[in-house]
Order: sequence, then structure tokens, then C-alpha cells
Amino acid sequence: MAEIELRHIDKHFGPVHVIRDVNLTVKDKEFVVFLGPSGCGKTTTLRAIAGLEEIDSGDILLDGKPIQDLRAADRDIAFVFQNYALYPHFTVYENLAFPLRAVGTAAAEIDKTVRSVGGSLGIGHLLKMRPSALSGGDMQRVAIGRALVRRPKALLLDEPIGSLDAKLRETMRVELKRLHYENGSTSIYVTHDQVEAMSLADRIVVMNEGILQQVGTPTDVYLYPANLFVAQFIGSPVMNIAATRVSSNDDEARVSLDGASFDLPRVLLGMLEQKKAGQDLSLGIRPEGVLVSRDERPGYRPAEAHIIQPFGGFDIVDLKFGEKTLRARTTSGFVDKVGTRVFARLDPSQAHFFDSKTGASLGIRLGG
Amino acid sequence: MAVVSSRSGRLGNRIAIAVVLVITVIFLSPIYWITTTAFKPLVQATSVPPSVLFEPQITPFVKLFTKRAQLTAPVAPEIYEAAPWWEKLVLDGGERLARDGNGEVVFSAYPDRFINSLIIAITSTILAVSMGTITAYGFSRFRVKGEADLLFFILSTRMLPPIVVAIPMFLMYRAVGLNDTHVGLIILYTAFNVSFAVWLMKGFMDEIPKEYEEAALVDGYTRMQAFFKIVLPEAATGIAATAVFCFITAWNEYAFALILTNRRAQTAPPFIPSQIGTGLQDWTVIAAGTVLFLIPVAIFTFLLRNHLLRGMSFGAIRK
Repeated sequence: MAEIELRHIDKHFGPVHVIRDVNLTVKDKEFVVFLGPSGCGKTTTLRAIAGLEEIDSGDILLDGKPIQDLRAADRDIAFVFQNYALYPHFTVYENLAFPLRAVGTAAAEIDKTVRSVGGSLGIGHLLKMRPSALSGGDMQRVAIGRALVRRPKALLLDEPIGSLDAKLRETMRVELKRLHYENGSTSIYVTHDQVEAMSLADRIVVMNEGILQQVGTPTDVYLYPANLFVAQFIGSPVMNIAATRVSSNDDEARVSLDGASFDLPRVLLGMLEQKKAGQDLSLGIRPEGVLVSRDERPGYRPAEAHIIQPFGGFDIVDLKFGEKTLRARTTSGFVDKVGTRVFARLDPSQAHFFDSKTGASLGIRLGG
Repeated sequence: MAVVSSRSGRLGNRIAIAVVLVITVIFLSPIYWITTTAFKPLVQATSVPPSVLFEPQITPFVKLFTKRAQLTAPVAPEIYEAAPWWEKLVLDGGERLARDGNGEVVFSAYPDRFINSLIIAITSTILAVSMGTITAYGFSRFRVKGEADLLFFILSTRMLPPIVVAIPMFLMYRAVGLNDTHVGLIILYTAFNVSFAVWLMKGFMDEIPKEYEEAALVDGYTRMQAFFKIVLPEAATGIAATAVFCFITAWNEYAFALILTNRRAQTAPPFIPSQIGTGLQDWTVIAAGTVLFLIPVAIFTFLLRNHLLRGMSFGAIRK
């Protein structure tokens, strides 16, 4: 197993700059997830590491050795494709044996390895079948088995469970995590599904337009998004973002969104001054950071429940403060019907401030 | 509801079967005609209205494989008695078999021409399909500068009716000594077919997900190995379909074979009509030659029928 390092990777597809100066180190045995919308360059980066795509400039290092000029076959990196790419004219057994045959493994050794990998993935009984006879989940198991069978230095997975149905995705997610614990292979996993990313990753790499937006643990990325893009891409339902002005109001700092204003601790003013923040500010607050009460309380503003989405364990309620709508997460059934009048305030520890022009987070953390 | 729909479905099926039957009959009728003609006595072959009932005979095939001359006088009874049964069939029709100085029957050139046809058609098919497959793979998998223009150029070689260039081809072939050679016709038929093979194979190659090869590449194989171990087996259907079409084109080609060959490398198509007979038009010999000529294509197509069927619906059923 090995460490992968990307240094100043750049890549164009014609006029499109798909990877822009990407720098990243994936540590030995780490499970890193590339997360981003389609076309953000995450799959291209992954394919470049595997040797399926050439890069314009930069270095890809595996255990400190540059590999960007090696053929895919010589990199000792395995790749799991989104559509599995199982060889249709081979049986499952032959699919699993194929990488071993490439390096001239002895027949007895191949047989032993294939059966052991097949057993650990629960596909031992399918070895004689053709891929076309398998279910989606089993195809995926075979694809992962084919990747693991020759104990590669690193494992790359390109949306491996993206084409399964929701329930099977959940099962496979747990299985992938178990496999990673058991094998401890350095893994890079590409997805556009933030739930997969959050649940699988040691570290998440958020990409957009070929640029790394943020690299961090799932908690980090969720709690401290580096910019507006990350803030809005991670988390479901999406974070409330509103242009805001901050003014002084007696003992508090008053943040005004158009139509609504809330009080936050006065230290905010000093922090903003220290960060030399201009007037173009955006406030971000996740739905769980909008605290709701049925009764009027000091600091709470009146609002009207507008749209209620029950999710079973909780509800997501759109609250209307005059013209401004904020989405709040409430306990299940907290607001029973549309039009109900409730009161809300912002949890200062969950308030994020961004520079509206650059989108960058100001890094302000109020308590909590 | 289910009953109604299945009933209407069954009716639809029956109509479909009826239509298919009618079409089959229409398409098979020339083959029926030529096959029966090959077994008819000469008089019945040209009778109007055509005779449906007749006593089948193999005289036309005997005539096809021999050289003959009109009898000018009735044949002597002892010669007639001494002749083998198949020679009697010819003598009965008013012709005698040509014999060489040793009295041996002189056989016609049909077997040689048939073998020429096989050599030329098979070789040119193998060449056209392999070149077409490799070229199509290149166009399908790599970014080729001016790809669309090049593909159009390849296709454009088929826009001219080939016969237009027959005379220049003849002069060129004569200049380089390719007239009446196997190589000459093989080159020509390969050139005819390769553009067609490229286009047909490109369609099939595009349908093979490139991830198969990429998987082979990361599994430790070179691109060449991936091509032979993964792409070719996957393209088998397309290769079979292309081969059938190329083979038929080369097998049936008449005009150039007529112009560019006359003996050594002559194929069956220009030879068969030349056997129309001595003195009178013997359509049964032509029919016999044609029936035998149909067999290789029928066998070839039959052997590849599973691939062909899949090939026809390739684009439709694949993800």
C-alpha cells in the first residue's frame, strides 16, 4: 500500500481547463473521497492517477516516485468503473483471474486467490456465471474483487455504486467501508453524492471547476465550509445563504437580511473589523441552526410557516420573515399546518460569514 | 383486459407471420426458379408457360463440367453403348463431349474458376475486414485530427459507380502487370470493401464501451493485448456481419472480373455466362453453374447466422 501525491496537476480538454493546479497528498491506507458536481474534474483527476488520461503538466507520485509517464499497466493501481466494465465474454472466475494472468501468476496460485477473494466478497457461488446473469450488486462485487485480486498499491473507484438503487447503495456503502477496514488499501473514491462522501471518507476533497475547494474530514467540511460553494454543496437540505448587513444594536450585533433581522453576539463586530470584511457579506446558516419556538421569546423573530416537508425523523419548514424565507429543521410535527405563526432566532455557533464577492469564508466562529 | 390484449397480440402475430411468409416467398422465388431450371430438360427450361412438373435430371451439371460440341451426324450405336451413363445424357441432347488426343474427356474450366472465386473472395474479405477493423478501432478510440473529413474521404471512394473507372483500371493493371492475376482482383476487391468495412466496424466499435479496454489497461495489459483479448471478442458480431457483406460483394462481382481477367485468374461470375452453349442457348447449364455458385455464400451466411442476427440488432439492444 502506498501514498499518492499530486503536485501542480493541470489538464485541458481543448479550450476547457478541467484540472487547475491540483495539489493533494493521499496518505497510506487513507480513504479519500473526491466530491463535486458533474464536470468538476474529479473523474478526470482519478483517471489521470490511474494512467487512463494524460496530464498537461505536474507530477503524480506513488510512494515518492513519479508515475505520470508510466503506462496504466505499470502503475500497479486498480480502478473500479462506474459501469463495472466486467468483460462480458468471460465468466466471473475469468474476470477475477484476468489481472493475475497479466503478470503470469501460476494457475494454482490464481485459483487460490480468486476463490479467496470471491469468498470474502460473497460471490464464491457465482464464479461460473457470466456477468450478464448477475444482479447490479453482484456485478459491483465482482468489479471490486477484480480490483483487489492482485493487491494493488492503490484502489481508485469512480462512482462505483452510482447506478444501483437506493437500498442497494446503502448496503454496498457499508460493504465498501468493511472492505476498507479489512484491506486498508489507499483508496480514492469519486462521487457526486455527499451522503456517500460523508459516510465513507477519512477526508473529503470538494472540487468545482477543476479547483480543489476544500480538503478536510467530513466533520470539518460540514461544520466549517471554506467557501460558499462548499457550504451549499454539502448538507441536505441546503444551507440558507442570504446577503446581509451587520450593524451595531445596543449590546448586540444586528444582522439584517432583507426583510428580517436577528441579533448575534457583539463580538461579531470586532471579528468582522479584524478580518477587514467589506460591506458585501453573506450569512450562511444550516436549517438546524435556525432555532424555532412556538412562543414569543427575547431575541426570537416572528415568522409564518410556509412549506412543510416531513422527513419522518424531522421536518424541514420554510419560514417567512416578511419577504425573506429561511429553512429550519424542526422536530417532527412541530409545525402542524401551513400559515402557523412561530418564532425563530439564529444559533450563533452555526452562523457562517462569507465574502459575497470571492465566496470565501471569513472564518468567523461565534461560540459553540 | 389481459385476454383482449393477448388476443389482439395473437392476431398481430398472425398478420406479421403472414406478411413475413409472403415476403419470403417473393424473395425465394428467383432461387426456386434457378434451382428448378438447373434440373430441367432443356426444352422445359424455356417452355411458355413455364413447366412446374418435370422429371429432374442432372444433365446440366454434366454439361457444366465438360466441353461439348454439336453432333453433326447421329452417333454410332457402338460408341453410344460404350459411353458411360453421364455421357449418354449429353448424347441424348444432340451434343457430344470433347475428347483430347488420348480419348479422355476434356473437363470445363468451371472448377478452376470456382476455386479462383474462393481464393479471391476469401483473401480480399480477410484483408478488408482486418484493415477495416483496425482502422475503425483507431477512429473510434483515439482523437484523430480531421476525423470527420477522413471518414468522409473513406466513404467518398464509394460514391463513384466503380464501372466508371473500369477502363483506366484496365490500362493501369496492364501497365503494372496485374491483368489476369489473383493479386490484381484481390487488391481491387479489398479496395472496394475496405471503406465499407471501416464504416460498418466503426459503428460496432463505438458500441463497445471503452471502459472494457481501460479495465484491461489497469489490469496490467498493453493496448495491443487489450485489443486482442477484449476488443476483438467483443467485436465478433460486427466482424461476422462485415465479413458476410464483404464476401458477398467480392463473390458476386462481375464487371471488373470480366474486364480484368480472362483465364488464369478468372472468377466464376464472368465464366458462367460464357457457357451458354454451342449452337443454341442452353439456360440449364447457366442455371447449374449459378446454383453451385450460390452454395458457398449460403454456407458462409448459415455458419455466421447467430452473429448476423445479433449484429443486425446490435445498436438497438445494447445499453
